[in-house]
Amino acid sequence: MLGAVIVAIFGSLFAGTQMSDDAAWTPKLALDLEGGTQLILTAVTENNEPITSETITQAINVIRQRVDSSGVAEAEITSQGGRNIVVSLPGNPSEETIALVSKSAQMTFRPVLAIGAPQATSADGTTDGATAPPSDETAAPADGSTDGAPEATDGAAEEATPPSDTPSKPAPDSPSDVEYYVTPAVEAAFDSLDCTNPDNLIGGEVADPDKALATCDEDGTAKYLLGPVEIKGSDVSSATSGLRTTSTGATTNEWVVDIKFNSEGTKLFRETTTRLQGLAATPPQNQFAMVLDGLVISAPSLDAGVIISNGEAQISGTFNRESAATLANQLNFGALPLTFDLQSQEQISATLGTEQLQKGLIAGAIGLLLVVIYSLFQYRALGMVTVASLLIAGVVTYGVIAVLSWTQGYRLSLPGVAGLIVAIGITADSFIVYFERIRDELRDGRSLAPAVDRGWDRARRTILASDAVNFLAAVVLYFLAVGGVRGFAFTLGLTTLIDLLVVFFFTHPLMTLLARTRFFASGHRFSGLDPRRLGAAATRYVGRGKVVPGAASAPDADTLETPGSRVPVAAGVRSGAATMTIAERRAAERAAAQASGSEQTTRDEPEPGRGRDKPDGTTPPDASGERGSDTTEGTEH
Amino acid sequence: MAVGFAQWGNDLYTGRRSYDIVGRRRTWYLISAVIVLLSAVLLIKPGLNPGIEFRGGSQFVVSGVSATDQTLAADVVSEVAPEEAPRVTTVGGSALRIQTLALDEERLAEAQQALAEAFDVPVENVASSFVGPSWGKDVTQKALNGLLVFLALVTVVMTLYFRNWRMAAAALIALFHDLVITVGIYAAVGWEVTPATVIGFLTILGYSIYDTVVVFDKVRENTADVLEQTRYTYAEKANLAVNQTLVRSINTSVVALLPVSAILFIGAFLLGAGTLRDIALALFIGMAVGTFSSIFLATPAEVTLREREPKIVEHTAKVLAARTAAAEGSPEGAPGSPAVVHVGQLRPGAHLGSAAQPKRRKSGKK
Repeated sequence: MLGAVIVAIFGSLFAGTQMSDDAAWTPKLALDLEGGTQLILTAVTENNEPITSETITQAINVIRQRVDSSGVAEAEITSQGGRNIVVSLPGNPSEETIALVSKSAQMTFRPVLAIGAPQATSADGTTDGATAPPSDETAAPADGSTDGAPEATDGAAEEATPPSDTPSKPAPDSPSDVEYYVTPAVEAAFDSLDCTNPDNLIGGEVADPDKALATCDEDGTAKYLLGPVEIKGSDVSSATSGLRTTSTGATTNEWVVDIKFNSEGTKLFRETTTRLQGLAATPPQNQFAMVLDGLVISAPSLDAGVIISNGEAQISGTFNRESAATLANQLNFGALPLTFDLQSQEQISATLGTEQLQKGLIAGAIGLLLVVIYSLFQYRALGMVTVASLLIAGVVTYGVIAVLSWTQGYRLSLPGVAGLIVAIGITADSFIVYFERIRDELRDGRSLAPAVDRGWDRARRTILASDAVNFLAAVVLYFLAVGGVRGFAFTLGLTTLIDLLVVFFFTHPLMTLLARTRFFASGHRFSGLDPRRLGAAATRYVGRGKVVPGAASAPDADTLETPGSRVPVAAGVRSGAATMTIAERRAAERAAAQASGSEQTTRDEPEPGRGRDKPDGTTPPDASGERGSDTTEGTEH
Repeated sequence: MAVGFAQWGNDLYTGRRSYDIVGRRRTWYLISAVIVLLSAVLLIKPGLNPGIEFRGGSQFVVSGVSATDQTLAADVVSEVAPEEAPRVTTVGGSALRIQTLALDEERLAEAQQALAEAFDVPVENVASSFVGPSWGKDVTQKALNGLLVFLALVTVVMTLYFRNWRMAAAALIALFHDLVITVGIYAAVGWEVTPATVIGFLTILGYSIYDTVVVFDKVRENTADVLEQTRYTYAEKANLAVNQTLVRSINTSVVALLPVSAILFIGAFLLGAGTLRDIALALFIGMAVGTFSSIFLATPAEVTLREREPKIVEHTAKVLAARTAAAEGSPEGAPGSPAVVHVGQLRPGAHLGSAAQPKRRKSGKK
């Protein structure tokens, strides 16, 4: 299973290196480790209006949204001087990426014609618009969107030719005229639009202002079919956020955004609201959308009966202080249409410095070596299992990162490397938890095979639970954070999954196999699973009517304390007799007998022929051989 | 020593040797509270020292240089502005970009002059400007939002998994403790906070919860049927669990800390200021504190919370009463001191595999 995964990863990587130029055996590195390209953009306004630092901040946010959504890992975006924005992109960005970054961001107001769930609708579901005659619209099934709602009933010519971009009417009745604007081509574009795909959240498209537009909202949680541009962003004179004040002047607890239009905007907005009010019966057509950089930032509906004629609108809803401020900032930014002039484009070296990377790798190698030494020291031969598992995990991680950097444009940054280093600890911990559980079972007196089985049952729960928490952290941070945090979250999540993969499909099967080998099963002193060393200690019953003497009396345990010195050490430990098992009590009696020099007291053992009672503490096999009893019966430890 | 360690592990497992971690919880709470308070004070003064990624700073671009020696540029600028490690980047083939903290006019000119001399170019070739933060408020905001969502989700997940909200609460207490102490010590060391540091802090978050979950899972296992028996109290069972995972905790933290300390050592002593050093320090403190809190804070806190449950209170009282009765009944038990109880792993019998079954004697023999 794991072998198949590894073969698949490296096979595809090999195929990739043979067939395309993008794939390579080494993962691509991010800006901090490899360097990249630095673009200096200067913000220019149309009519030389002053640029405030808030505007630049908004511009940086818009650019970051574009860069993050386009999959380029971890760009660094800063302001420089008053009106420059420095964008550093890793590697050699393509012409399209540079064009995307330097595109201007425009805000427009458009009426909403339809809202749909973010997923693409299948082609079958679109029949109501593309093939059914418009006059049948009332009967058409509404496939999650309301595009079938009749807005005007004037008969239109039947359309039989699928997706044509010609409007069915010579002229629109109004910007909300579904009949006119929703051509089959637009309809098809809307249906196939998938807002869960990050590629569609890049923004930056300049849409034809006179045509309908199918687009996503900026979070990718809904898609919109919008009418033509009615009001331009430059007609907004200001936007502010604050708590709503009632007509009596009292302040409520509700966060709102207030928009003020200039005179042109006031006139246009009055017309728009008047028309939208007439459409209150057919939601969502009484909504208008604010589109920034090609994406819907807000699409409020009009309160019933309200016609805004003074050019002062108020948006309320589920705002908190921050989201209200964000929307106000976005509106202000949109009100000041910026274009970006590309000043310079230059190669830059790794921001971290090559020395840091080199020394970091050396340090990582030293650290790994120490881990190997420590686990060999602690777990003896079992340490080799840890090392092998870590190696496998490392190989898989390397392969996955190389494949992802080829297919997804993923780049390894220093925070990513940090995630990997922490992963050493977390991955090794899974093995340590597992081994300790096996040892616990051995201490309980099980032989190795059942100990591995039971230890695995218990360790598996722990490993799953703790890895689930880690994975949760990675997923949440990946989807909610930006920039370097994402790179870190990605590697953390990846290594957590690989950890599970390796433990389940390598370490555990390997342990099960090893448990069958003589070296481990007999508890060789270098196996790390020596029951005597693990103090499977006290005399224990091993089945077949046999009792095995405890660690303390085992001959190779001469480094341990002698039986007599094994007194409980901690406070709160009650000495002896009351907690003894039958076997322990017998062993104690034996020891007492041994001390008194009598060899014949062993006669009262339940299994006198077994030789376990050999008073000088020799190992059972010798004893049974000496007595000449049935040697086909091996002994269990 | 390995033998001694293994023997120690055995004793911890069987309960022959036992550290009364849960019982002395007031001591640990006191220690933790004092350290957290100290850290909080350290956070206010001297406070964190945010790097230019958060505050913005001054930037020099030296163009037309013949050799792009990054170390030279860094040395020159840090002579003028020793408070902050300059970030040096090569731009194109013949220019260097040096960023450092925001300088006033005078030092700006001084640095310009020094750079021009060092690289043997006219002063006009050294351009200076102010750069804004690359890690702006919105980035922090989004990271914080992510954090809050994560904490909410992790609480829900832990509550569901352990079927008890108190475990989740105790884990969050331990997490808070780890974060405050890590950030506090980082502030005390006085190294600047870079994005790498923040990533380190976020890592600590995951690691702390992870470590706590592993310990709690053992506690859960040990105390699953605590109410069905009357031999031990909840606190004793939980304490046994901590003791039994002690070896795991030590091994894991050593394995996790070894690579981090290698990087910290090389970063701090061979490289000087830089991303590696920052992230390694944050990780080192955080992991060490995380291990401490998973043993000495999380479980005791969990026991404190659980002991408020009426069922547990009732059970504890019952166990103690039974113990007192037994102590009075038995002549050898120390009279009046029922607290002395051996808490150890019970060893239930189990099937040892068919190989352990008695074999029938072969009838043909003899």
